[in-house]
Amino acid sequence: MTPPSPGEDGFSLSPAAATGVGDGQALTDAPYGHAETVSGKRSSRRVNPAARAGAARPRGRGGYWLYLVPSLVLFLAIIVVPFLMNVATSFTRWSGVGTPTWIGLDNYTKLFKDERFWASFEHNVALIIAMAVVPTIIGLVLAAALFDYIAKRFGGRTASALRAAFYLPQVLPVAVAGVVWGWMLHPSYGAVNQIFGLKVNWLGDPDIALATVMAIMVWFQLGYPVVIFMAGLQRVDPSLYEAAEIDGASWWRRFWHITIPQIRPEIFVVLLTCTIAALKVFGPIFVLTRGGPGSATMVPSYFSYLNFFQKVNVGYGSAIATVLALIIVVVTFLFLRVQERDQESGS
Amino acid sequence: MNADRTFRQPGRWAVLAALVVLAVVMLFPFVIVTLNAFKSPAEYSSGGPLSLPHGFYLDGIVAFWDRVDFGLKLWNSLLISGVVAVAAVVLSVLNAYALGIGKVRGRLWILVLFLVANTLPQEALVYPLYYLSKEVGLYDSKLAVILIFTVIQAAFGTYLLSSVLGQFPRGILEAAELDGASRWRMLWGIVVPISRPTLSVLLIFFFIWTWNEFFLPMVFLISNDNQTVPVALGVLQGEKMMDATMSSASALLGIIPAVAFFLIFQRTLTRGITVGAIK
Repeated sequence: MTPPSPGEDGFSLSPAAATGVGDGQALTDAPYGHAETVSGKRSSRRVNPAARAGAARPRGRGGYWLYLVPSLVLFLAIIVVPFLMNVATSFTRWSGVGTPTWIGLDNYTKLFKDERFWASFEHNVALIIAMAVVPTIIGLVLAAALFDYIAKRFGGRTASALRAAFYLPQVLPVAVAGVVWGWMLHPSYGAVNQIFGLKVNWLGDPDIALATVMAIMVWFQLGYPVVIFMAGLQRVDPSLYEAAEIDGASWWRRFWHITIPQIRPEIFVVLLTCTIAALKVFGPIFVLTRGGPGSATMVPSYFSYLNFFQKVNVGYGSAIATVLALIIVVVTFLFLRVQERDQESGS
Repeated sequence: MNADRTFRQPGRWAVLAALVVLAVVMLFPFVIVTLNAFKSPAEYSSGGPLSLPHGFYLDGIVAFWDRVDFGLKLWNSLLISGVVAVAAVVLSVLNAYALGIGKVRGRLWILVLFLVANTLPQEALVYPLYYLSKEVGLYDSKLAVILIFTVIQAAFGTYLLSSVLGQFPRGILEAAELDGASRWRMLWGIVVPISRPTLSVLLIFFFIWTWNEFFLPMVFLISNDNQTVPVALGVLQGEKMMDATMSSASALLGIIPAVAFFLIFQRTLTRGITVGAIK
């Protein structure tokens, strides 16, 4: 289910917006290089196989359950029960106080006729393009260019410095990234309009607000694939590139025939984590546009927040959140299925 | 490497130039924010955003710092992220010990459950959590946020650490068992020390991810005394009272800790992981 890890790389730090599944994999690398030597020494002292087999689990497995108890209690209280409550609430009309009224599937039928809801999902698709598809494509080209061109011709330091520059936006809390761009794009005093002598209302004009948010998210997200892909390239056998170069293969051919096939697992991870991040996106929308102007940048997460806390339509908000959760879980499983099949056919 | 010579010099520099231009574009907002955080509003309107500041005008930063009591926000963020990181690592270790080493029955399902929990959108939990926290008197308290994020981060940590501990060298544990070590002692005396590089990396991830969180802290921490840095900045964004340079100062105050963590932890992470790899 999990792809090989992207590698020992300090830069894999904190793709804040992503769920973390991807970069965390960096950790699975090499944890017990040291331990193995220890166990090697130990094994020479081992008594006899039969005694070992008996010693492996003298007290049975039961006792290990105890270690799960604290987590399971907290998990039940903080994830499972609230999630079930949310699903239950989605079948009711409720303002947050008093008793909820059971209305069956009414919230869901209303949802499917609600233009704002559909618009919010269209915007979600736009954000998947901005946060997953475009950064992956640009990230592939950049990572390959840094790894297979810049590092070889200008040295590893140049490549590392450029990589750090591409990565820097990723270290910001996404809300702070929103504050930065909210200031840069302010219609009256913002730096962008001042520098280029424009009078564009980047985030206030319904025709361009979504495109502006998309551009900001590309800026924010780009460093994550670059770093993960470059880490993945570290484990590609260098002789592949050398052989291709001796055969006179152009950079583009090497890119298509070596780079991309070799780091497929990383491409999957980046696409999956970034797609989930795009489906969940809230911070930048809250800080930059609050879903506006009108509902030009409305996304499901903000739409549910609006219903929960401003319109006190808690039942309706719960229905939106439930649908969003369902979509995210389905997308995750589809991705993992496709990846599994891809690995089977590849090997 | 021989192929180097077949590349024409201009093409080579053109590629580098293109990448450098892109890097400049990526860094541009950081530079602009820093430049203008040190200007007075008058200087900004006369010189524009690109001019260099005439010396260090700190009034914008100081005014913003005082207005939001930024020191307190920093402390809140540090406290919440620090406690969450430690608690979530402890929980992850306990879980992974049972799942990865103890191989308790049904572990696959438990792992799937944790994984699903990690992918669930917080929107699908927020209202019940909001409601329940009010019921038990934890609404608008740091403790509520700490508890919630400890569980969310530990869900991911368990998933990751279980697969890591699944490969833990059996020989060491068997030898310790022969010596009569209890499971509890084996966990803290053997598993944790040997896994330290992985655990410290996990600790740092949890710290930074929690620091960066916005949605749940914004819902739960409504009073000024409890807010975190991203919440304080995000909520104040676009307020009418903020002039151009004060907005810039606020952005800079959000950038500085994030970049500082990046610089500090980047070394620890690289060192931590290579220590594990070098033997």
